[in-house]
Amino acid sequence: MAWTWFHRLGSPPYIYGLAARLTPWFAWSAAALIGGGLFGGLFLAPPDYQQGEDFRIIYVHAPTAWMSLMVYSTMGISAGVGLIWRIKIAHAVAASCAPIGASFTFAALVTGSLWGGRMWGTYWEWDPRIVSELILLFLYLGYMGLRSAMDDMQRADRASAVLAVVGIVNVPIIHYSVLWWNSLHQAPSVMQLGKPTMPASMLTPLLMTLLGFTVLFAALLLVRLRAEILNRERTASWIREAVTS
Amino acid sequence: MNTSVIETSATGTSAFEAARLVLARDVRLALRKRGQLVQPLAFFAIVTTLFPLGISPELSRLRDVAPGVLWVAALLSSLLALEFLFRDDAQDGTLEQHVLSGQSLTWLLFAKTVAHWLLTGLPLAVMAPLAGLALGVPAAAVSGIVLSVAIGSVALSLIGSIGAALTLGVKRSGALLSLLTLPLSMPVLIFGARATELAIKGAGFAPPLYLLGALAVLGITLAPLAAAAAVRISLE
Repeated sequence: MAWTWFHRLGSPPYIYGLAARLTPWFAWSAAALIGGGLFGGLFLAPPDYQQGEDFRIIYVHAPTAWMSLMVYSTMGISAGVGLIWRIKIAHAVAASCAPIGASFTFAALVTGSLWGGRMWGTYWEWDPRIVSELILLFLYLGYMGLRSAMDDMQRADRASAVLAVVGIVNVPIIHYSVLWWNSLHQAPSVMQLGKPTMPASMLTPLLMTLLGFTVLFAALLLVRLRAEILNRERTASWIREAVTS
Repeated sequence: MNTSVIETSATGTSAFEAARLVLARDVRLALRKRGQLVQPLAFFAIVTTLFPLGISPELSRLRDVAPGVLWVAALLSSLLALEFLFRDDAQDGTLEQHVLSGQSLTWLLFAKTVAHWLLTGLPLAVMAPLAGLALGVPAAAVSGIVLSVAIGSVALSLIGSIGAALTLGVKRSGALLSLLTLPLSMPVLIFGARATELAIKGAGFAPPLYLLGALAVLGITLAPLAAAAAVRISLE
C-alpha cells in the first residue's frame, strides 16, 4: 500500500542506510548556506546605524537561539511518538537530539553574552530571554542526566521520553513566566511580516544562516542517529554486513 | 498469579475510594514517623537563618530580600521532602502492589501526592510567615505569605512527583532529582516570590496568586498522569 514507505521508517537497517545516503546532501547544503550567509553577513551587509559592526554576531546568535528551541521540539515530539507508538527509532532520534540541542543552546548563550558585553556593557544580564535560554540548557542537561543514570536502554528511553514530553508542556510556561520581568532584550526584528525593520542586504544573509543551521542540525542528527543505531543494534546480524560492506 | 491479584483487589472498590484509602494510609504512616516530618521544616528554618548571617542583620535590608529567601528556602525544602514521597513504598514493594492492583495508578499517585502536600506543603505554609516575621516582614503580609506558599507548594509537590517517579530506580538520585525538578519549578518560584513581595509592600497580591493557582490546577490535571507513566516505567 501507499503507507509502506512510512512503516519502513521504523526499521533500523533501512534508517541506517537512508541516513548514510542523506547526510552528504544535508551537510553540503548546510555548508553552502552557512558559508554564503556568513559571507553576505560579514562582508556584504552594511554596518548597523546604531550598533556598527557589532551587530554581525546576529548571524550566529539568532540561528543558534532558534535551533535551541527547534531541537527541543524535535526531541519532545519524537520522544512522544516513541512513547505512544513504541517506535525504537523515535527514541533513538530523541536521544540523538539532546547533545546537539544543548550545544546550540550553549552557543546561543555565549554569543548572546558577547553581544551583550559590547552593546549593554555587561556580559550577563538577568534578562527574561537569557534566563529562559539558560533554563532550557538545564532542561537539556536534566534529560541527558536522566538518560545516563539508567543502564537499561529501554527504560532510559521511556523515562527520558516522559521527561521530554513534560518539558514540552513546560517550556512555554517557563518562557512566559520569565517574561514577567521587564525586558532589556531588543524586540524581535525578523518576524515582522509586511514591513521588516532590516534592509534586504542584512536580512537575506540572516535567513540563509537560519536555514543553514536548520539543515546543519539535520546533518548532525543523521550522523548521531547512525551512531545511536550502531550502539543499539550492535548484536544484530545486519550490522556486520552494513559495516563491512 | 498476577491476574488473581488484579481480580481480588479490583472488586467493588472505586478509584475514588481507593485513592481515599491510600491518602488515609499515607497520612497515618507519616504521622508515625514524626522525625521525618520535622526534617524539611527544620531545613527550611536553617536555610532562612543562613541569609541574615550571610547578608546583614539589618531588618530593612532583609525585608527587601525576604520574598526570595522564603521562596528559595521553600523550594529547597520541598525538594528535600520529595525523597519521602515514593522511596519507602518503592523499597517495601507497596508501589508495585499499587501498579498491580488494577486501580487507576493516576488516582493512587494523586492521593499520595495530596498526602505528601498535607504533610510537607501545608506545615511549610504555617512555618513560612514565622520565618518571614523574623526577616522583618510586616504582620499584615502574613496572609499573603500563607496563601502563596500553600498554593505554590501544591504545584511544587505535583511537579516533584514526576521527578521523584522518574528517578525511582536511580541510585543516589538527589542531585539528578534537583536537576530535573528545579527548572520546571521556576515559574512557581517567580509567581510565589512576586505574590510575597506584593504582600510585603501592602499591595494587592491577587494576580500572581491567580497564576500560582493556575499552575497548581494544571499540575493537578497533568502531573499525576505523567507520574503514573513514570512509575510504570521505573518499576518495569
